[in-house]
Amino acid sequence: MSEPSDLDLLYTDVEDDLRAVVRRLLAQRCDPHAVAALYDGDRSPVAPLWHGLATELGLAGLIVSEDRGGAGATAREAAVVLEELGRAVAPVPFLTSSVIAATTLLDTDSTLVRSLAAGETVVALTLPWSTAPFDDLPSIAVDRGLLTGTMTSVAGAVEADVLLVPVATDEGVALYAVSSEEVQVTPIVSLDMTRQLADVCFSGVAGELMLLDAETAVRRGLEAGCALLASEQLGIAQWCLEATVAYVKDRRQFGRAVGGFQALKHRLADVYTGVESAAAAARYAAASLAAKSDDLSVACGVAQSYCSDQAVAAAEEAVQLHGGIGMTWEHPAHLYLKRAKADQLALGGPGAHRRQLADLVGISAS
Amino acid sequence: MSPVVTRPRHRSSAADDRPTDLAELCRRAADFLDDHDGQDSATFLRARFDAGLAWVGYPEGCGGWGLPLAWQSEVDRIFEEAGSPSNRPEVNDIGLGMAAPTILTFGTDEQKRRFLRPLWTGEEIWCQLFSEPGAGSDLANVSTRASRDGDEWRVTGQKVWTSRAHNAQFAILLARTDADVPKHQGMTYFLCDMTDPGIDVRPLRQITGEAEFNEVFLTDVRIPDSRRLGAVGDGWKIATATLANERVHIGGQGAARETGMIGVVAATWRRCPDRRAPDLHDRLMELWVDAEVSRLSGMRLQQKSTHGRPGPEGAAMKLSFARTNQRLTGLELEILGEDGLRYSDWTLVRPEEVELTGRDAGYRYLRAKGNSIEGGTSEVLRNIISERVLGLPSEPRVDKVSPWKELAK
Repeated sequence: MSEPSDLDLLYTDVEDDLRAVVRRLLAQRCDPHAVAALYDGDRSPVAPLWHGLATELGLAGLIVSEDRGGAGATAREAAVVLEELGRAVAPVPFLTSSVIAATTLLDTDSTLVRSLAAGETVVALTLPWSTAPFDDLPSIAVDRGLLTGTMTSVAGAVEADVLLVPVATDEGVALYAVSSEEVQVTPIVSLDMTRQLADVCFSGVAGELMLLDAETAVRRGLEAGCALLASEQLGIAQWCLEATVAYVKDRRQFGRAVGGFQALKHRLADVYTGVESAAAAARYAAASLAAKSDDLSVACGVAQSYCSDQAVAAAEEAVQLHGGIGMTWEHPAHLYLKRAKADQLALGGPGAHRRQLADLVGISAS
Repeated sequence: MSPVVTRPRHRSSAADDRPTDLAELCRRAADFLDDHDGQDSATFLRARFDAGLAWVGYPEGCGGWGLPLAWQSEVDRIFEEAGSPSNRPEVNDIGLGMAAPTILTFGTDEQKRRFLRPLWTGEEIWCQLFSEPGAGSDLANVSTRASRDGDEWRVTGQKVWTSRAHNAQFAILLARTDADVPKHQGMTYFLCDMTDPGIDVRPLRQITGEAEFNEVFLTDVRIPDSRRLGAVGDGWKIATATLANERVHIGGQGAARETGMIGVVAATWRRCPDRRAPDLHDRLMELWVDAEVSRLSGMRLQQKSTHGRPGPEGAAMKLSFARTNQRLTGLELEILGEDGLRYSDWTLVRPEEVELTGRDAGYRYLRAKGNSIEGGTSEVLRNIISERVLGLPSEPRVDKVSPWKELAK
């Protein structure tokens, strides 16, 4: 078993400042009603919001090194951005492009990294969004340089300019880059329309070979995604707790604020305990990724096992404790429930992570 | 217990003797070890206290030098590595963890001189006379009465859940001195001599079969007014300060992965491959994650409060700790299957030390039931979180303004 490391689980001043800047921009450009309109097909707020985050704030290349045009920050800062994106259920491809695709590309010398970092090109790793870093990787077939096949339920493909495609070769998994204009990207009606998925069909398209032996790079990208998805889940859970606490203080029935009833107080105390615990797990995963810790895989497994379920629990409690209003389309609680539930199924899901963790820590199933 | 009452001589130029940095403090400890090599335990420990090397954070004359609390562990390490006599903190947890900081904060100079040294050396063990049959979660409802009689108080009542009462010399005691005022205002805090003839200690057998705790019956116990801690009527304020120390104590601190109950149950799993089944494995891994997240939460809380005392956020830690321990110990019995049907021993014994991870799986299962009751029930902790952290309103209450004697009993 790898040794747990003693990492800083709090926030630095720089991280706090970054959070304030991101939160301000989201408050201005990520209105909950506009987010709800995504479910009715109006995606018009997505591009200006992403432009603000990616280019104006320079977050597209947050974790890309400065010599390749990025901000040279670490996963700790990216985690803070994701907490804020979760709190706002923001419909932007930060996790898919700036974390997962960027990490996958780090070992290539492709100029794609530079345009990704500049916010000019959005990139997506073309795998089903439910793929865990330790799963067998689905891949597209290649014949004489031409890619053929379909990849279903891909996150970030709707927004992507370039798709990174795992391709099966005789030597293993290679990684190709394909312009999204050359393939058929079919958006699907998704449980969570704030991260709308798409089926991607390759019908004999020529791709650019990025990496011949790409399995490690792809798995590393997915693992970074797991480590930092936990922070998005934390942000979702925090919003749910805060919004619900504010609501039950305000809502009056039986002559008093319903938040004074122990039946509700105790449930919210449990949500608080879960949120605080999720914060520890998510910060540990982000810090482990930033420090390239030997304990990263365990940290990811713990964070995904825990934060996935806590975000769902917080969102479910938010819907319930808001009573009737929580069940309406008008109130934003449903946006968080859908995002939380879809996030839980993403990148492996808690059950798969726990089974993987069991092997890592020497608790065999049989 | 006469020899321990003598007062350590104070140096006249105290400020000059105060170690200025950690290195100097460590040198002082090393010199002390050289000078007192081979002394018997009591003499050594008293001298260590007088040298300000007991609680380095306590003021001069009270076993320390008013130094940063973080330096304590270095000093303890030096003494431990030298194999010097120990004050056996494990058998005086109430004294060291609760009585001492309370006496330090609220005691008179005379009380600090009389009590702190023998408490620290372990010559005098302490217990806590707070809870009563009618005052558990509602501690402010204590009905043990203390009546003034000249220079003394006469105390009559019943206390319960008193660990160490059967071998304690002293107790911190919360008693009602005025029934005509609302309950929080009518209590006073005392330092009670447990050898008083009016004290009757009886073991309180619990569901494990053993008796960690006692019932304590007080009949006309006499306490000199000089052993009242704080002002008459200030008992609630002082008891609250004492209990804040208890939470720190029970909430636990940073530890290595798989420390505590998860370590025990994971070891059982690894030892019994023939007992493995998919449902047990799923539940074990869920709890493994919960335990690891608790560990990380503890680490994070410690980083947040480098100056020692967590706020009400510590309540969340204890809540998780109790739930995880209870589920783990229940799971362990299921893993053991047939072996889980056997219990080691129901004999009434009085353990000097209680190890939650000790004895057998059946004991651990039963003992863990107390984790969500002792030191604040999980229900009270949820009230604390929802009211003090989340700012939710408290339930309407009738017992805060009426005189205590008029409340329904």
